[in-house]
Amino acid sequence: MKDKKFKNVFKEGAISSNFIENSIYKHQTKTNIGAHNIFLGQVRADIIDGKTVSAIEYTAYEDMANQKFHEIRESAFKKFNLTCMHTYHSLGTVKAGEICLFVFVSSPRRKVVFEALEYIVEAIKANVPVFGKEIFEDESHQWKKNK
Amino acid sequence: MLITIKYFGQIAEVTQKEEEQLEVNKNSVSGLLNTLYSKYSDLKNKDFQIAQNQELVDLDAELTGAEIALLPPFAGG
Repeated sequence: MKDKKFKNVFKEGAISSNFIENSIYKHQTKTNIGAHNIFLGQVRADIIDGKTVSAIEYTAYEDMANQKFHEIRESAFKKFNLTCMHTYHSLGTVKAGEICLFVFVSSPRRKVVFEALEYIVEAIKANVPVFGKEIFEDESHQWKKNK
Repeated sequence: MLITIKYFGQIAEVTQKEEEQLEVNKNSVSGLLNTLYSKYSDLKNKDFQIAQNQELVDLDAELTGAEIALLPPFAGG
């Protein structure tokens, strides 16, 4: 068993715009930063076989997921000149239109944050064991799969 | 050896449980998988990867006794 504990990236439910606003505000004291870049993943109301997705219920293999988030973070700091990086992912039910993933990167210069953010989001989608149950309006469901 | 096995998402729907401990007399991940296939035949129709001690492993990997997890396709973000 691994007993090393990594920072917990997960938050119960949707990520509120208030939380995001507050995260931006907290960086005003870090005046060596010249550029922020933010990715917000939003639950899409996909229509599949005539049924509309009303929410996604997220679960995760949390220990492994937090370890993977940590590895992605380490690798992003190695590859890019980042000042800081914050990641949050929802667990539980997130309704269509609500935010389920918040990635926030900062650097002295803009080019770095454009590249870094894409790298990080793609790595999260590919490598982190998070599972999504797409709930339809009639309460039936199917399992989401990242493309 | 006694191994803890975790199931997630649509895999947990098949097994009807999220976790169990099994006494396993196999040496490889594929041996364990065959045991699970005979216990839960619907698993054969499912797409999943296997993690041992929170790292993805191949079918020929040796069982170490650490936690095993059956992970369906990832859907984060």
